[in-house]
Amino acid sequence: MACVGKEPYLCQNQSEVLSGRIKHLIAMKHNWWKFLSILLIAYTIVGGFLFDAPRLAILNETIRNLYFHVPMWFGMILLLTVSIVFAVRYLSTSRIYYDRLSSQFARVGVLFGVLGIVTGMIWAKFTWGDYWSNDPKQNAAAVGLLIYMAYFVLRNSLIDQQQRARISAIYNIFAFAVLIPLLFILPRLTDSLHPGNGGNPGFNAYDLDSKLRMVFYPAVIGWTLLGAWLAQLNARTQQVEEDIEELENQ
Amino acid sequence: MQVKAILQLLKKEFLIEWRQKYAINGILLYVACTVFICYLSFHTQRVTVSEAVWNALFWIILLFTAVNAIAKSFLQESRERTFYIYSIASATHVIIAKMLYNTLLMLVLGLICTVFYSVVMGNPILNMGLFAAVMALGALGFSGTLTMISSIASKAENSGTLMAVLGIPVMIPILLMSMKVSKNAILGLDWAQSYDEVVTLAAVDLIVGVLSLLLFPYLWRS
Repeated sequence: MACVGKEPYLCQNQSEVLSGRIKHLIAMKHNWWKFLSILLIAYTIVGGFLFDAPRLAILNETIRNLYFHVPMWFGMILLLTVSIVFAVRYLSTSRIYYDRLSSQFARVGVLFGVLGIVTGMIWAKFTWGDYWSNDPKQNAAAVGLLIYMAYFVLRNSLIDQQQRARISAIYNIFAFAVLIPLLFILPRLTDSLHPGNGGNPGFNAYDLDSKLRMVFYPAVIGWTLLGAWLAQLNARTQQVEEDIEELENQ
Repeated sequence: MQVKAILQLLKKEFLIEWRQKYAINGILLYVACTVFICYLSFHTQRVTVSEAVWNALFWIILLFTAVNAIAKSFLQESRERTFYIYSIASATHVIIAKMLYNTLLMLVLGLICTVFYSVVMGNPILNMGLFAAVMALGALGFSGTLTMISSIASKAENSGTLMAVLGIPVMIPILLMSMKVSKNAILGLDWAQSYDEVVTLAAVDLIVGVLSLLLFPYLWRS
């Protein structure tokens, strides 16, 4: 019984591991969101390609990229916010557990950022004419990725575990605070090709009968949950690896 | 009492700078060399420099000067001196003093850079007041971010490279807004035209400053 609610690999003997794992699977009360994520993404893919979409000049069928490109950015911002929350919790408790989660959420956030840039570039090629159109949001996104890559360089250059956790948490919070004006304020001050910036109408103007919204909001939730799942799995794998290393050193 | 402690720390910064004059002289020479290289690379090829290029070059020179000048604020501190200050002063006082000192340093370097740059590259600025204001806000922002980054980088290996890698992306928002306002100043636009950018720049400076105050005590502990 000692294993219920805990991670199975933390259990002491083999039979406990097995029964713990089965109970873990049966319990499922912690895992509902993973099923929700799979359902929502399946719905996004089916609905996104098959449902009726507004017919507009230039955009044409590429408007369906809304369900894949934009949720990447929503997901990135949400995952990075979660990463900041864990960084703050690390600083107040000094528990390595939070640092592991914080760095893994940042990693998945960066992955979403890269996917966002790639999907955006493909979309830009078809609608704006070029992969890179010197759009302030494109530039801001690239700078954001530079900031977080610097975060990983910093992490790798620190050796002591606690020191690495503390210093990278501090940089994470600091960088995020600078990233927010970069992504949300600067593009509004300059001309942008993105909807809702520099005098362009927001996406609401293209979506008069809320057809896009019916897929868009579930897509945002689904992709973000998938990101959280990825980050959680990564953090657990990392913990197992660290535990094994510790056991081998004993 | 608080102000007195900060002033003492500020005085310490000035004294150290005065005693090791090679550091400040090195930075001045760095500015001079960079400006002169810009002059040589444009004027020997008989290319006229437009306002946009003048502006961009000026801020890039200032950016790299800032990275080099402020990097030393923690990197050059010896271990013994850091421990000594740690035992007698509070972290908040230390970071305020360092940021104030670096802002003053950046203002002086910015002034020297402007004068020297104007002499060799010409001075197209029409609204000098706005240009001075954006210089001050830019100096505040640069010193706020880079002081914090310098203290982060000083904890890690290979801190010279790290200083540039960590610092430059974080400075880009401040740099872009400063460039925009200073371009308006060069073109002689009215203050009202750049109101939004000036307010945003001041807000970013404020965020960076407050965050440094909040986060530095955690860094200081290690």
